Amino acid sequence: MTLTTRPGTGATTTGPVDPAPSGGPLRVRGLRVAYGDREVVHGVDLDVRPGEVVALVGESGSGKSTTAHALIGLLPDGGRVTAGEVTLGEGPTPLTGLLPDAWRRVRGVRVGFVPQDPGTALDPVVRVGEQVAEALVVHGTPRRAARERAVEILAEVGLDRPRERARQYPHQLSGGMRQRVLVGIAMACEPELVIADEPTSALDVTVQRRVLDLLADLTGRAGTAVLLITHDLAVAADRADRVVVLKDGVVVEEGPAARVLGAPEHPYTRELVAAVPGRNNVPSASAPDAGPEPGAPDDTAPSGAGAVAGTATGTAVARTDPGTDPGPGATPALLEVRGLVKEFRLDRRERLRAVDDVSFAVPRGSAFALVGESGSGKSTTARLVLGLERPDAGAVELDGAPVGADRATRRRTQLVHQDPYSSLDPRFTVAAVVEEPLRAHRVGDRAERRERVAQLLQQVHLSPDLARRRPAELSGGQRQRVAIARALALDPELLVLDEPTSALDVSVQARVLELLARLRAERGLTYLFISHDLGVVRQVADHVGVMSDGRLVETGPVGRVFDHPAHPYTAELIAAIPGARTAAQHPDRKDLT
Amino acid sequence: MLAYVLRRLAGAVAVLWAAFTVSYLILYLLPSDPVAIMLDQGAGGERVDPERVAELRERYGFDQGPLQQYVTLLGRTLTGDLGTSISSGAPVSGLIADAFPETAKLAGLALALALVAGVGIALLASWTRAAWLRDLLLALPPLGVAVPGFWVGLVLLHLFSFTWFVFPAVGNEGFASLVLPTVTLAIGLAAVVAQVLSQGLREAWRAPYVETAFAKGSGRARVLGAHVVRNGSLPTVTVLGVLVGNLLGGTVVVETVFSRQGFGRLVENAVTTQDIPVVQGLVVVAAAVFVLTSLLVDLVHPLLDPRVLAGAHGRTGGGAR
Amino acid sequence: MTRGLALLRTRPAALVALVIVVLVLAWALVPGLFTGQDPITGVPADKLQAPGAAHWFGTDHLGRDLFSRTVHGTSLSVRAALLAIGVALVAGSGVGLLAGFLGGPVDDALMRATDVLLAIPGLLLSLAVVTALGFGTVKVAIAVGVASVATFARVMRSQVLRVRHATYVEAARLAGAGRGAVLLRHVLPNAAGPVLALAAVELGAVILAVSALSFLGYGATPPTPEWGSLVAEGRDYLAVAWWYSTLPGLVIALFVLAVGVLGRALTRETRTDR
Repeated sequence: MTLTTRPGTGATTTGPVDPAPSGGPLRVRGLRVAYGDREVVHGVDLDVRPGEVVALVGESGSGKSTTAHALIGLLPDGGRVTAGEVTLGEGPTPLTGLLPDAWRRVRGVRVGFVPQDPGTALDPVVRVGEQVAEALVVHGTPRRAARERAVEILAEVGLDRPRERARQYPHQLSGGMRQRVLVGIAMACEPELVIADEPTSALDVTVQRRVLDLLADLTGRAGTAVLLITHDLAVAADRADRVVVLKDGVVVEEGPAARVLGAPEHPYTRELVAAVPGRNNVPSASAPDAGPEPGAPDDTAPSGAGAVAGTATGTAVARTDPGTDPGPGATPALLEVRGLVKEFRLDRRERLRAVDDVSFAVPRGSAFALVGESGSGKSTTARLVLGLERPDAGAVELDGAPVGADRATRRRTQLVHQDPYSSLDPRFTVAAVVEEPLRAHRVGDRAERRERVAQLLQQVHLSPDLARRRPAELSGGQRQRVAIARALALDPELLVLDEPTSALDVSVQARVLELLARLRAERGLTYLFISHDLGVVRQVADHVGVMSDGRLVETGPVGRVFDHPAHPYTAELIAAIPGARTAAQHPDRKDLT
Repeated sequence: MLAYVLRRLAGAVAVLWAAFTVSYLILYLLPSDPVAIMLDQGAGGERVDPERVAELRERYGFDQGPLQQYVTLLGRTLTGDLGTSISSGAPVSGLIADAFPETAKLAGLALALALVAGVGIALLASWTRAAWLRDLLLALPPLGVAVPGFWVGLVLLHLFSFTWFVFPAVGNEGFASLVLPTVTLAIGLAAVVAQVLSQGLREAWRAPYVETAFAKGSGRARVLGAHVVRNGSLPTVTVLGVLVGNLLGGTVVVETVFSRQGFGRLVENAVTTQDIPVVQGLVVVAAAVFVLTSLLVDLVHPLLDPRVLAGAHGRTGGGAR
Repeated sequence: MTRGLALLRTRPAALVALVIVVLVLAWALVPGLFTGQDPITGVPADKLQAPGAAHWFGTDHLGRDLFSRTVHGTSLSVRAALLAIGVALVAGSGVGLLAGFLGGPVDDALMRATDVLLAIPGLLLSLAVVTALGFGTVKVAIAVGVASVATFARVMRSQVLRVRHATYVEAARLAGAGRGAVLLRHVLPNAAGPVLALAAVELGAVILAVSALSFLGYGATPPTPEWGSLVAEGRDYLAVAWWYSTLPGLVIALFVLAVGVLGRALTRETRTDR
């Protein structure tokens, strides 16, 4: 089940091909969508031919999801198509302006839809088989036959014991299985077109890969046209024949995937491509042990992904096995974690070993990344390091002293949370947020603290005007900068960064990562970086530890681990990262910017 | 499943015991002297005979310490003996048993009417695409919650008994005498049902699985019937125990307004004469009704929501009062 | 504040409700401003007169002006309702705060206790307290408040838990803030909004409960005017004087409705604040 099973796709498409063909199953012309008086999609043109995969990419608020929903007539309340025409196939009737009854004969039969979040897109109180069968029953299949077919569909989408699964409820299935069921529902009536709205953004990377493979396999065999909505350029690069880039409701660029993502023409596309964090198949931009001191902050161009990757990963630390092989010029370990174990009680009998005998060391001034999928124990390890949880066994030492013993040592470690929307008290002003650690530790008097807050905001590149705003008035990137400023207030030595950019758009993420790299260089900070995104890790970390089921399965310098994984799980993880296709075509990404 | 049932049963028994304890604490331990209250009521302001005080203290166990008193009372209650009324001398359990059938009729009818009306309003408001109709329907529940039950009863009496002479004004005789009390009792309950249910349906309509169902090609009716109603009614089911309890409370006012004999009237009389054993018996019985309803709801709930058994959901029975 | 004004402009129902609530509160504070007639002593010759220009709400069986009695009765009813809400708010929030913030066995014990209070129908619980305390408006108010304690305890606890497990509270702890500072600076301010909104919503229910108890005759002693007892007095004249019970009852219904509309608007506001 790989993309090459499909004709007309894959790496064979190179260079610019013909502009969009004039006919084909899906033809969108001048689509405009408004919520109330506010127009959010301003005249989008789009074509998807049979058997073709077109990716509609854009950041949040670009209108990509609205466009997708407009195409199947499922805009949320208040949304309506104000102009434009959508046609599907040879039929002369446009989809735009269909009455509800006519729509019912289009949805499911002619257009399948794969929704975003498998956690909520299945009805929690209806059996899985019943929900698949519903897609057939509503189009006239007798109930009994539909149930039988539903079991077959579950088998086709790769569920084990399909007959048993059909009788289960969604909460008894994993996220990946649920998304497979949703793919099965979308394909149940063998539609001409499948619209997939961020179908895997809620899934772990290895699961994501398998689900996308499945979608490609099923649609490829049936010759279905696919419109893939995604924010992830790497997914688009891997999976699409053509890419349409949407910004603020306007198509800014479109063309063959390889051309658009390989040699973008529009400045916005260039910015997006540049913002994608380091790729795994690129031969490591900086050899792990050859890097000089981190580059001066100002020599990184704001939109230079390659350049950022270069500065971030080039540190003078080279140890393949932490704690045993201090590299040349390396300082002794600031953070040392030995034999850490943490168990959680699930119920009376069962216990979950969330962290299982984890040991690693992080030298002063370096950046160590813990990577793994959800449930791997990486976040629990971070909480143990911070002293937020007590380990059942093992020790966490900072400079040889046990962590969390007293306030003085505790202030040396600070945290930046994953979600900047929930990590700031909605009632506090920005200044109050940043001042809080200073107040708590009785640092300086009021005037001195105010001065210090101003300095900190400046260091994270926030305008002093923002000091009196509240979090609700800030963008996601600004909020994360406030959180970083707060973490820096007490001059910590170790900063734990728990997925600090995973809630942010890719261009915002690039700027925050840049800031983090610069702060580390300037202040000699040590980072413990938690992430599921290997691209980000490659960009910011020197050393990486791969976690799976609570165990640290592999550690080593980023370049070595990513290019020559020793553990099979690491290899699987790396193979699952999207973006392999364009990366292979463009071995040196620096020329893209 | 068996473990779940046993857990719920044990919980029900514990709540019942605790309700008994709370009513004991309120009625017997608050500073007022129960015997003084009783005698004040009985003697109509005359001087009371100290011998009679002592006798009463002994009869009701007030000469014992609080803990001993409590244990005695609890033991008696467990055998089904709720004590004797002070004002009439009749056994409390007999009084309640006599009063209950009339009230069960009234409350049962009111519950049925309230469910039909409340569910009807919520479903119609959820179903219709006409904004004016939806707004009109959704304006009804806040109105129904705001009007005082005793006032509704009096207005209905005035209109249907004194102006148009359609229904009798008082008494327990025949079905006609049940109509106005049932309507009065049902209005507030129907309003709450409509509010909770339409809120639940509104949230269910917004759920992503609704979009999935539409994307399959399902029509509005099918989506409502197969997905929205089942999910949207779960919050209503969980507050059903509280609603039935409130219904019982509502009979106090309604039976007073319509001069009907029954549970509510017994409460009103017992409070007016400060007949402590009767009040406690009534409180415990009301709690038992709540506990039984909640237990039923708990046992039905897993059939409606399979996640309950997996422990993904919290306990039921709380929430709106 | 400006947002509150904007809200009133976009929601005309909220504006009407606000006018009603303000008017009734004014009745409670300065009844003499709205009616010049004596609420206690009537003119026997004028007894049981239908509503008209001289007596907007008509007169009662003793010839007292019913509008005047309604306006003068407002103060007692509203004060009783506020006292009840106060009892429920203070006791309930205290219990909820302790349970949510301390957690563990304290939480378990307190929440089981509130479960029990919820198991007894509200009106019966109030009546049990009235039986024990005796009759009178203040005692009725306390009894009604006791019946609402559990609701407030639950909401306060869930709010405290929500805030206590919020990421920003963890961030505050990591920043070195102590338990007390976290409680005062983060938990209380963020939990207070929804609890106060609940108080506004519950106010309507409490007014109804207080008037129901005084309708049953456990509240104010005659001749003091009070909303619930006014309706009760009219009961005996239902066949001859429809206005006697109807108009004071209508005032109760309108006020409760208005309070409900405002309370729900406030709830929506505190929800969007999250």
